[in-house]
Amino acid sequence: MILQVKNVSKQFGGLQALNDVSFELSEGRILGLIGPNGAGKTTLFNTINGVFAPTQGQIVFRGEDVTGQPAYNMARRGLARAHQVVRPLSDLTVHENVMVGACFGREGLGLRQAARRAEEALSRVGLIERAEQPAGSLNVAQKKRLEMARALAAQPYLILLDEVLAGLNPSEITAMMATIRAIREQGATIFMIEHVMQAIMSISDHIIVLDYGSLIASGPPQEVANNQKVIEAYLGDPRLTERLMAE
Amino acid sequence: MFAHLSASLVDGLLIGFVYGIAAMGLSLIWGVMRVINLAHGATMALGMFCIYGLFTKLGINPYLGVPLAALLALLFGFLIYGVALHRVMQSGYLYTLLATFAVNMIIIGVGTTLFTTSPRNVDFSLGSLQMGSEILLGTRLVAAVASVVITVALYLFLYFTRTGKAIRAVSNNRAAAELMGISSTQVLALSFGLGTMLAAVAGGLTATFFPFTILSGGAYQLKSFVICVLGGLGNPLGALFGGLILGALEGIVPVFMPVSWVPVVEFGLFVLVLVVRPTGLMGAK
Amino acid sequence: MSFWRSAGFWINVLLVAIGGAVVLLIHQDTLRETVFTILMFVILASSLNIIMGLTGYVNFGHIVFFGLGGYFGFFLLSQLGWPLYLCMIAGGALSVVIALVVGAAVLRLRGAYFALATIGINEAARAFVANFAPFGGATGLYVNFSAYNAYGGSSKALWWIFTLLWIVTIITVVVCYLVKHSRFGLGLIAIREDEDAAMVMGVKTPWAKTAAFALSAFFPALVGTLYFFKNGNVEPEDAFRFQLSLEILVMVMLGGKGYVLGPIIGALAYERLRGVLLVSPLFKNLHLALSGAILLLIVLFMPGGLVGWVRDRLPRLRRWLE
Repeated sequence: MILQVKNVSKQFGGLQALNDVSFELSEGRILGLIGPNGAGKTTLFNTINGVFAPTQGQIVFRGEDVTGQPAYNMARRGLARAHQVVRPLSDLTVHENVMVGACFGREGLGLRQAARRAEEALSRVGLIERAEQPAGSLNVAQKKRLEMARALAAQPYLILLDEVLAGLNPSEITAMMATIRAIREQGATIFMIEHVMQAIMSISDHIIVLDYGSLIASGPPQEVANNQKVIEAYLGDPRLTERLMAE
Repeated sequence: MFAHLSASLVDGLLIGFVYGIAAMGLSLIWGVMRVINLAHGATMALGMFCIYGLFTKLGINPYLGVPLAALLALLFGFLIYGVALHRVMQSGYLYTLLATFAVNMIIIGVGTTLFTTSPRNVDFSLGSLQMGSEILLGTRLVAAVASVVITVALYLFLYFTRTGKAIRAVSNNRAAAELMGISSTQVLALSFGLGTMLAAVAGGLTATFFPFTILSGGAYQLKSFVICVLGGLGNPLGALFGGLILGALEGIVPVFMPVSWVPVVEFGLFVLVLVVRPTGLMGAK
Repeated sequence: MSFWRSAGFWINVLLVAIGGAVVLLIHQDTLRETVFTILMFVILASSLNIIMGLTGYVNFGHIVFFGLGGYFGFFLLSQLGWPLYLCMIAGGALSVVIALVVGAAVLRLRGAYFALATIGINEAARAFVANFAPFGGATGLYVNFSAYNAYGGSSKALWWIFTLLWIVTIITVVVCYLVKHSRFGLGLIAIREDEDAAMVMGVKTPWAKTAAFALSAFFPALVGTLYFFKNGNVEPEDAFRFQLSLEILVMVMLGGKGYVLGPIIGALAYERLRGVLLVSPLFKNLHLALSGAILLLIVLFMPGGLVGWVRDRLPRLRRWLE
């Protein structure tokens, strides 16, 4: 098991953002996380990632208890993340951005090796020809690729992808899906949040569903898609869900 | 001992009210605009000179001079906003802060040339009140009362007028306020004008009982920072509370240790509160 | 490491190295005093640039390190008779320790809150030293005139002090360059651009910020010790001038924050500008107002400073300016 989440709860004041969430993720797989807006998906990522500690419960990463470890320690242990809201370091070039990932990720490379690693990562996401451009000048789709490249350059064991397909057009989505599959081929485990249903259903090995902070379903994509509880929770209207699935 | 303590405490509190007014302006500007106004002290000094000029040259009573100075300061605030701040409002706090610092330098430079740095005072008395061994000056009592009145007026303005509500809306969330059709430029200019006005009023009131130079504002500006942090940055009404704490400290501390330790205590407390409770002593956690 | 093959490195280092060397060759007292001030500004501004330009934390109390470190160095020199270079290093060490302690607490604050806290620290430090008996309280400390005899009389001592300052300047500039072009520096720039994202990417932000703060605190202490020894005395009002803190900040902005060359150009330009304004009979009284007007123009129309402005106009020069 690369990741075990055991009975994790998170409270913000009176708001119960996560309620007793437990699941496991084994190496080399793609796990999808879906759920309506405000279900607590990004919060779950934040607790795994160390942005904040869970109120209760335990997070085990590669056999070690990492509950409450700060984000930078998680990065060094081999956990990388692409954000939902893309956050390039605008004043740096695209290449330098990715170097940050390589320098401070799992391997903690020196500058020269990091520069080489960054080039590899940029080639893999198809951004190499923009390497010397300031990161602030990229468009949305390119910024998403930059997020991916930064995560990849860290050579992580596990990558958290937070809605990397949102806001992309169909051809960009196809390209990004190919990139995600290629990453998995090379041995990284992937845990992704996604709203583009068709995409996540086709790419995931396994799917878990959050609603109001609780885990309501877990299983292979087809099984989850037909789960009555999921359909109700997800849209409250089965026909709408069907239409969504048919997209 | 006790009489001495209570008298100096009362005296400290009276001055604390006036400090509170100056800090209120700073806090309003920070809360609405996210600008640290480094020209605040210089504006206070201008307020002092305004009252002084009106009193010595034209014989106008300082308490009539204050509203006049307030009006001038409001316009002066609009001017500063238009010339120095509007262009950099989106550029982050470093730029707005340096812009106000530049304004500060200009005011001090021109002020030094015009007024020199020899101390002035407004020779005006309202008698005094005997309290134990200490004497309370009438001008300080009036200044404290005026400060309370101004605070109440500001509260009523912010909470019960349309414009005041617009200011609070922009303070909470500028982008959302703009979506609601509030012109943030007007609100920002108005807030800066009001903040400047409060500085000038505080300066004018202070001039009635302390001697001053064009450079005096600097010390009051630093005190205003302390007060803002004690009362909660961006919470104008908390500033009066912060002013009272500072005034009380200035009254009490010298009873127990040499007066030169006062700034050590003040600024130590300032940094401590900022680190431990950046929302202020009263603020929500 | 290939920094010695980089054009940008040599431009920065040669600029200050040759500048100081020329003064030593010409050997004229008034020129030395002028360049002393410039080099002092270069060190103060360059070290401030580490925390302000690279890390993005604006320190309004940079002068605290000049004051406290200098005070301690001068104390060892005047009261205990330590040799000058040891006093400098001891002053620097104290400065670093203070920065580590203060930084660990205050660097948790972000943006304007940090800036405000540093204003408070400056005032608290000045008020504290003014009350601190071993440092002579409000009157400060004096050095016995005979202390200069160890360096062959006061005239020779002044040249010796200048030479030390020149060496410190070169070291400061070299260190600034190396930091900016290191892995550590890349982490600092990541913090400046987006601290939360930097943390997620693995930059150990609390450690990196504190280290940058401590490093920026070291060099001002060396300058302080030299400056007070040159003057023969130190007093709180001279050691913790808030005004000087702000002037250093203006120099960094004028030259261009985040560039190694920025503070050097900024210090030079600011000192020259001030010099011209101060001697001109027309502007003598108005020099502060004019400096203010110039600062305002930079802030409004040239936010990248002189170096940033040139870089944006002439992208081909980038290699030389970075």
